[in-house]
Amino acid sequence: DQVFHIVPETFQQVQHLQHLCSTLPLDLWKPQLPEDICAGKDLHIRVPAPLVQEVKDNLDHHTISYKVLIPDVQELVDQSMPNERRSHRQVPEGYIYTQYHPMEEIYQWMTQIQKSNSELVTQHYLGKTIENRTMYYLQISQPSDKAKKIIWMDCGIHAREWISPAFCQWFVKEILQNYKSDPKISRFLQNLDLYVLPVLNIDGYIYSWEKDRLWRKNRSPHMNGTCYGTDLNRNFNSSWGSIGVSYNCSSEIFCGSGPESEPETRAVVQFIKRKKSDILCYLTIHSYGQYILTPYGFTSKPPSNSEELMHVAEKAAAALMGKYGTSYKVGSTSSILYSNSGSSRDWAHMIGIPFSYTFELRDNGTHGFVLPVDQIQPTCEETM
Amino acid sequence: DIDDVGHKYYLELVLEDVLDKDSTVNCTAEVLYHLGSKNVAPDVQFTLEGELKNTDEADNVFYNQIKSLEKELVAENIPDSHGNVSPEMEPIRRLAWVASGYVIWQNSTENTKFHLAQIKRVKQVKRSDEYLEFDYMVLLHEMVSQEIIPWQMTVLWHPQHGVQVTQDSRQPKHASE
Repeated sequence: DQVFHIVPETFQQVQHLQHLCSTLPLDLWKPQLPEDICAGKDLHIRVPAPLVQEVKDNLDHHTISYKVLIPDVQELVDQSMPNERRSHRQVPEGYIYTQYHPMEEIYQWMTQIQKSNSELVTQHYLGKTIENRTMYYLQISQPSDKAKKIIWMDCGIHAREWISPAFCQWFVKEILQNYKSDPKISRFLQNLDLYVLPVLNIDGYIYSWEKDRLWRKNRSPHMNGTCYGTDLNRNFNSSWGSIGVSYNCSSEIFCGSGPESEPETRAVVQFIKRKKSDILCYLTIHSYGQYILTPYGFTSKPPSNSEELMHVAEKAAAALMGKYGTSYKVGSTSSILYSNSGSSRDWAHMIGIPFSYTFELRDNGTHGFVLPVDQIQPTCEETM
Repeated sequence: DIDDVGHKYYLELVLEDVLDKDSTVNCTAEVLYHLGSKNVAPDVQFTLEGELKNTDEADNVFYNQIKSLEKELVAENIPDSHGNVSPEMEPIRRLAWVASGYVIWQNSTENTKFHLAQIKRVKQVKRSDEYLEFDYMVLLHEMVSQEIIPWQMTVLWHPQHGVQVTQDSRQPKHASE
C-alpha cells in the first residue's frame, strides 16, 4: 500500500478526487472526510497495493500531480512494532514457515509436528553436539508391510545458511499437509521413507543468531579456547584433509584435528553407516549459489554412476526452473565450484549411497547468506 | 592464454536493472588477469550495447534527503539478520554495492569470488562541499576460502559526478565486532 500527498489546484481537481474517494476503496488520512477536500489544502490518501497503478494512471490522466509520501505502509507498520515476530507467535498452531526461527522454536516445532502427525512422523535422537545439545531427526514413514528405501536430507551444516533449515521445515510441512491429497507425494511415501535433520550444526546456528550472523563452522574449542570451530563439511572421511581445506583453526574451512573429529559429524556418520544398505539418496542442503552439486570435490575423476547422477540432477534443475525461472547450475563440485575434501556428500557416495547431492539454494550473491524473508517461500516452493 | 602476460577472458553479459527486472542491457567485456601478480587489478574493457536508464530523479531525491538531515547519518547491519533493509537505507545499500564492486575489482584474481555480504556500519562524514561522504565498514564474503573479510571504504558521491572510493583498506578479522 502507498500513501499519496496531493495538493489539488482547481475545483475540478477537488471534485475529481472526491469522486475517486467515493468509487474506489481509498483510505483518506487527511482530511477526514471527502467533503473537506479543498483546493490548496494538503491531501493524504492511502491507496491499497492492487490499486496503486490504476490510481497513478488516473491522476496522470487528469494532470493532478502527486508525491508518494509513504512507498510501503506495511514496512512502516512492521518497523514500528517493538518485536513484530512476537505478534505472529501468539497465533496458536500458526507456525510461520516464511520466517526464520531460532533453535528453541525449531525444537518446539519438531515436538509439535510429531504430536500432530503421529501416524506418520516420529522424532529420533541422533547424537549430541560439542556444546552438548541434542540432535534430533524426523522420520516420515507411512506404515506398511513393505520394506522401504530411505531418502536422507540434512540442513544447516553451515550455521549462516539460514535458508537451509528453513527449507527443511518447509519440506516437512509440505509433505505432511499434502500427502493425502497429492498423488505424487502419496506414491512417494508408499515406497520411500524420509529422514530429515532440520539443523545439523545446532551450536553454530545458535551462535549465528546470538553473536555472529555470518558464522559458518561448529563451536568446538581449539588451542586452549583461543580459537573456535571446525568446518563440518570438511570433516568427513572423504579424502579428508587433502585439498580445499585449512589446517588452521582460524580459517573458515578448517577441517578439524582429524576425520570425524567432531561429535556432530560422528552422529551423522554412525546413523548413516547403520542404515546405509537401505539409503537410496543422500541430500545435504546449503546456500548460496544456486547449484545442484554431484560428487566429487576432492578429485575430478567422475563417480561410477556419473551419467545417471547428472541426468537426475538435470531433471531436478529443470523442474526447479519451471517454477519461478530460477536457474541452477548442475555439475560436480570440483568442476563447477572449487576443490574441497571431507564433504559429507562425497563421503555418503563413497560408502555406497548411489544418489548423493549437495543443493546450494538461492541466491546468486546479491543477498548471499542474508536472504530476505520474502524469498523463503519462493525458494522453498521451487526447491520442493 | 597470452604468453608472458596473463589470461584473457571474453565475456558476454546481460545487465539487469535491480529496480526493474524487465530492463536489460547487453554488454561485452574483456578481462585480463596479469600473470603472477598479487597486487595488480585485472584490466577490464567493456562495451554497453544500449543505454543505461537515467536516474537523475531518484538521485536528486536521495541527495536532498541526505542533505536535509539534521545529524549525520549513522546506521548498522544493513541488511539485518533476516535480510531486511528499510526503504531509507536502500540507497545507502546500493551505494555500498557499487563501491564494493570497485574494491572487489581491485582485489580479484582468477581464484577469488567476492560478494558483499553485509554493511556492518556506515557513518556519514560532514563535508563543506557539495559531495556526500560515507565511511563504510562492510563484510565481503570470499567464496573459495569462505572467509568473511571486513573492509573499510570511504565513499564519495554526487548526483552529477557519480561514485568514488577515495580510500579502502582490508581489516583484520575482528575489526567488525
